[in-house]
Amino acid sequence: MWRVGLVFGAVAWFVSLVGLVEALHGRWVVDGVLSAGQVLLLAVLLASGWTAARRFSASLVGRLWAGLLAGATVGFCVGLLVWLRSLVDLRTMFVNASPALFQLLSGGQPARVAWAAAVAVGAGVGLVGGAGACTPARVVRPILVGAAAALSLALFQELVLLVLQPEPLAPVRDWLFVAGGGPTAQGIAATFAFSAALAALRQASWGRAGRVALPPKAQRVLWSFVGVLLLAALPIAGGPFVAQVLVIVGLYTLMGLGLNLEVGLAGLLDLGFVAFFAIGAYTVGLLTSVGDHGIAHWSFWAAVPVAVLVSLIAGVILGIPVLGIRGDYLAIATLGFGEIVRLLVLSDALRPWFGGSQGVLAIPKPVLAGFEFSGPQHLYYLTVVASAVVAYVAWRLQDSRLGRAWMAIREDEDVAEALGINLVSVKLLAYGLGAAFAGVGGAIFAVMVGSVFPHSFQLLISIQVLALIIVGGMGSIPGVIVGSAVLIGLPELLREFGEFRFLVYGAVLVAMMLLRPEGLLPAAAQRRELHAAEEEPAGLARTPVGAATEGGA
Amino acid sequence: MALLELEDLHVYYGNIHALKGVSLQVEAGEIVALLGANGAGKSTTLNTVSGLLRPRSGAVRLEGEDLTRIPPHRIVERGVVQVPEGRRVFGQLTVLENLEMGAFTRTDSQGVREDLERVFALFPRLKERAAQVAGTLSGGEQQMLAIGRALMARPRVLLMDEPSMGLAPLLVEQIFDAIQEINRQGTTILLVEQNAYMALQVAHRGYVLQTGQVVLSGSAEELRENPEVKRAYLGG
Repeated sequence: MWRVGLVFGAVAWFVSLVGLVEALHGRWVVDGVLSAGQVLLLAVLLASGWTAARRFSASLVGRLWAGLLAGATVGFCVGLLVWLRSLVDLRTMFVNASPALFQLLSGGQPARVAWAAAVAVGAGVGLVGGAGACTPARVVRPILVGAAAALSLALFQELVLLVLQPEPLAPVRDWLFVAGGGPTAQGIAATFAFSAALAALRQASWGRAGRVALPPKAQRVLWSFVGVLLLAALPIAGGPFVAQVLVIVGLYTLMGLGLNLEVGLAGLLDLGFVAFFAIGAYTVGLLTSVGDHGIAHWSFWAAVPVAVLVSLIAGVILGIPVLGIRGDYLAIATLGFGEIVRLLVLSDALRPWFGGSQGVLAIPKPVLAGFEFSGPQHLYYLTVVASAVVAYVAWRLQDSRLGRAWMAIREDEDVAEALGINLVSVKLLAYGLGAAFAGVGGAIFAVMVGSVFPHSFQLLISIQVLALIIVGGMGSIPGVIVGSAVLIGLPELLREFGEFRFLVYGAVLVAMMLLRPEGLLPAAAQRRELHAAEEEPAGLARTPVGAATEGGA
Repeated sequence: MALLELEDLHVYYGNIHALKGVSLQVEAGEIVALLGANGAGKSTTLNTVSGLLRPRSGAVRLEGEDLTRIPPHRIVERGVVQVPEGRRVFGQLTVLENLEMGAFTRTDSQGVREDLERVFALFPRLKERAAQVAGTLSGGEQQMLAIGRALMARPRVLLMDEPSMGLAPLLVEQIFDAIQEINRQGTTILLVEQNAYMALQVAHRGYVLQTGQVVLSGSAEELRENPEVKRAYLGG
């Protein structure tokens, strides 16, 4: 139990010393009372109590005791940190060990008092965590939902305030938020109570007979109608900033859908995927720009099909030399391709055509029947429509003959070939179509920014696209959308904690691999593979194979 | 004219001369066994027939048409289908999906449905487990699935690579019964096997390979009685 406490104590040290606690401390959850930084520390304590209780005991008292002990250990660790700091100046090693952080950790008390207080608080919160582990899930779940909703209100308060901007909504605004500050206690409490009640109600109505149930088809229509309405209303309610974030999420979705064909379906790892995004962007830039490097002054709509075609051809060109390469080697080869494209457009030798590091400027916004897609709110609709079309194509491809051939080569290339699948054409189609999808994204990116620079097409983008596929679930189209919303959208919305972006990224990826390797919304095949052992007595089914192998050898 | 004819095949892995002029014939309706020790070139021969390997010289002829210049997926369309060594089913897919994958080159959905029934009749176990993930099948069931998957391409010539490998004796019997049944239903079979005893039970004729060359050939009966075969492969 104390070992669990030590692990979580290390977590508490870590989030404190990297500055995450202090950064979150700047954000009120309840104005003047509780900050997000404090919530983070409390969450660590609760989690330690919960984990210890779940792991070490089945009895009620045992679980409470385990939670208390683990929480106290975490508190002890935090107190130790405060005490250490009173002896030596930690800032020489940890630049984030600021006075403000220790003001928060110690509550302004002298080190010894703070230490004792930390153990006591830790024990108390750990006990609550342990109690949580003894409570049935149907009680815990609504509480968690409520807490998540309340926390969201605090973290996204700027967005909420933006939505509540109009004057008629002023009473709601003033009730929920302190003027110029964080949420009020009543606001947070109401949000918590409302969401928790909603979750509890939903749970209670689950599967109960006599519920008004529409036929499945009508339900689907209803839900898609609600979905479309929500999608259409989002940028209007959220304003330009939210629209801008959603456009970026949309662009990553487009790239994700493309890479998903290559990696998720066909199993061809590609680390140079940003190249196709760049090619789409540069094609549109060069064809439509009214600046120095413009070559055709076409309209956006005429340029997009060309951009898609050029990207597709680039995909096939990448595909040809790497046809015979597999696995890790393929990743390295494609990595090279991504860099080659970026260095080509950056190079001085090609500057007369691509503008070198200055890029291609003065790309006009798309105009449709006299309507100019000028701001992010307009481009948002363009992105949504493009993503919807591409997602539909991807979905149709997945269930097609070609999709099955991709699945076969992902599983076993040699067998696929022996079953009569043409590896060359199937692989080249995966590269080409994947690249074409990214080209659509690049085209929209070019008009969104109004200019294209080599600097926009770093290796990091390829890695982010790959990461969002992994988090969302390999080979799953809804997974791509969820993945880009979580990995791209959330960090954009929480910009002020931007420096911790990749820290959280790394943590999320590691946690995903450990807890849910198939992704958030996995495709059926992945789910089956990774959880076969749980649903199926696979251990029993497998033993005879091993035994027979030994017998036959 | 033989249905399948291999003439003076020379195959190299880099500088290694793996097949040194292999010639053999398979008549329509036959089961022909290809015997030999590890590294004798049995699997190499099969992979050359199915187009996964290219010979440096020599020919593989199906009813007179040379297959050595044809890509593997076209060879499958012509009715020469391989059951790969070591089973290699698609572990993430269900049994049914595996079988459907076998019919990849075919467009006659009616015929595919008939063949599915045929495979299920041959291996009732697969029908029971149609919705199960192939990776969770036992070794014997996976071998049945690998054979069934190849049958879904409706082969004229079935190339089988070590179907008994790693299976318990009782299962080996079952698999060889199935091989005979497939042959009775009209499919010609070229069988690579280390288990010479079982292979010569079901085969009509056999060839013995040694370091990339055919050193012996004859009817299954002759080979069974051959003192050299007895000593080297039949343990007697």
